[in-house]
Amino acid sequence: MPTPVESGTSELRDPRDPRDPFDVAVVGAGPAGLAAAVTAAAGGRSVLLLDAGERPGGQFWRHPPPAPGSAEGEDTVRVHHDGARFAALRRALAHHVARGRLTHRPGHQVWLVTRDEDGFLIESTPVHPGTAPVTRRARARALILCPGAADRQLPVPGWTLPGVMAAGGAQALWQGQRALAGRRVLVAGTGPFLLSVAGGLAEAGARVVGVWEAGSPRAWASRLPAVARVPAKAVEGLGHVATLARHRVPYLTRTVVREVLGEDRVRAARPARLDAAGRPGPAGDEVPVDLVALGWGFTPSLELPLQLGAATRLDADGSLVVTVDDEQRADIPGLWVAGEATGVGGAALGVAEGTLAGLSAAGRPTEGRAARRLRARIAAHRAFARAMHLAHPVPAGWSDWLRDDTVVCRCEEVDAATVRAAHDTLGADDARTVKMLTRCGMGWCQGRVCGLATALLASHHAGRAPTEADLAATAARPLAFPVTLGELAELGDEEGGFGGDAVGAGEG
Amino acid sequence: MNDDRRTGDHSRTDDASRTGDHSRAHGDRGAHGDRRAEEEGARSLTLHFEGRALPARPGQTVGGALVAAGVTAWRTTRGRGRPRGLFCGIGLCFDCLLTVDGRPDRRACLEPAVDGMRLTVTNPGEHPRADEEAPDADAR
Repeated sequence: MPTPVESGTSELRDPRDPRDPFDVAVVGAGPAGLAAAVTAAAGGRSVLLLDAGERPGGQFWRHPPPAPGSAEGEDTVRVHHDGARFAALRRALAHHVARGRLTHRPGHQVWLVTRDEDGFLIESTPVHPGTAPVTRRARARALILCPGAADRQLPVPGWTLPGVMAAGGAQALWQGQRALAGRRVLVAGTGPFLLSVAGGLAEAGARVVGVWEAGSPRAWASRLPAVARVPAKAVEGLGHVATLARHRVPYLTRTVVREVLGEDRVRAARPARLDAAGRPGPAGDEVPVDLVALGWGFTPSLELPLQLGAATRLDADGSLVVTVDDEQRADIPGLWVAGEATGVGGAALGVAEGTLAGLSAAGRPTEGRAARRLRARIAAHRAFARAMHLAHPVPAGWSDWLRDDTVVCRCEEVDAATVRAAHDTLGADDARTVKMLTRCGMGWCQGRVCGLATALLASHHAGRAPTEADLAATAARPLAFPVTLGELAELGDEEGGFGGDAVGAGEG
Repeated sequence: MNDDRRTGDHSRTDDASRTGDHSRAHGDRGAHGDRRAEEEGARSLTLHFEGRALPARPGQTVGGALVAAGVTAWRTTRGRGRPRGLFCGIGLCFDCLLTVDGRPDRRACLEPAVDGMRLTVTNPGEHPRADEEAPDADAR
């Protein structure tokens, strides 16, 4: 029986004194983080790249480990859209690592970032304790956060049944592990990502019985100029459509999952049409399925920027995102943010933003022709993303499909009636109060799954639009990830560089 | 790791489902074969889920191996006693917790499959939570 090495025994004595700072630290090795790290390293800076994943690429460029005897990444270029861009970034990463300019620490989950007069102190914890060397603490003069995003969810009756998954999760199982989570699959929610998920699962051998898209293709008609600025996106979308056509996947618009049926696992789903006001009609006939993949766009992961107190805004999709200037700088000195955390927009936008952030953080010119081209690309992708968000909104009447006993918070099993009662009988009129009264969003996941729904319901019951404060109440976490008490106790050791105001921030 | 338990060809993933249903495994359905892996003859590992042998491939997580073998749930919620398995699939939702080689509350979707690994059901409250775990910062 395997006996994993206890964490501690395998820890590297980092050759670098933790008090000796890197010039630039980058958190996240997805499209934005990879681009930022290699760009800063190319500028001659010492760079640290921290990533929770075992292999670079993030959620977007997820790939299985190489087969025995083959080189890392050969498969990826073939499998992934945009694989050539990823391959180039990974070659650059290897190049800078080999020359000692860039330190790559995979399997490191950053859970706390603090700032003092010397820069940033970054605490990380191993994702798989005992399996690989870990360095828990690092210092950096400049910090580029590229934390990415995760599937956005809305509760629906039956969504806690096994066999209901986040669309991105179902895709990740196939892309990263070649495991199919179901045989008869329904993909539902909104946004072009659903096409990618459905196409991928169909190619993998699943029978995709439908894509139920809440939005309407007509919503794109008034936004064609934005599409025309990014032809590659249109080509990508047409590719997915062709894949779905080849597999004869029915694509229904203005259609949502009204309920998921089953006892101990998913058995079927029932659709409903949305009316012009975004309200669901009566449930239609049962469609037998064993996997329902749900996605309502993406929620940027803002734990780390919020720990540092970075200013935020509401994006066109209703997500809380970090406000940045035209060099990707947040309003905290020494902090840059790139990728989905500044607004959901995809990998190509992330690479452009990461590159610009890397240039800026390394003190390289950000005024020349190359930088101007980057800014133009960012602007075009931002315009496309805005059009996409406006064409694929959360349906205005989504909460009509909730029943009293529909679970909103999966961890604490708080149902819709309880959330409503927090307003109706206890007077809660904002997300923070609802959370404290009901424990909605206070379980293991810390509101990562139900945060949007809690914010939307709290504001809906109060008869107003959701605010930044509603979203921040469910997005701010004193610790970005669960850690051990031992790790907490170690804070304050060594250099005593623990800024005490980060723990407990945003929580009552 | 230590003793090598590779037991030859388990790449036919339906081996596992033939070993019969398991009372703790909610929803045991037909396995989802992976033609590509079979063609490549991928090496196989063996996991022991509540006493039942399941195949896994190097690079798979515990959660990936479980769903590929048709196991959709392995945890029961504290409040309503409802079954749960994978949901987010990327380590954020903590729905897929289980006990791995005696270590409770591991996320199946992130835990790499290791040959010979013993998987048991984690139900909140059943296990004294490991001393050092502080999962809920609000509780402090």
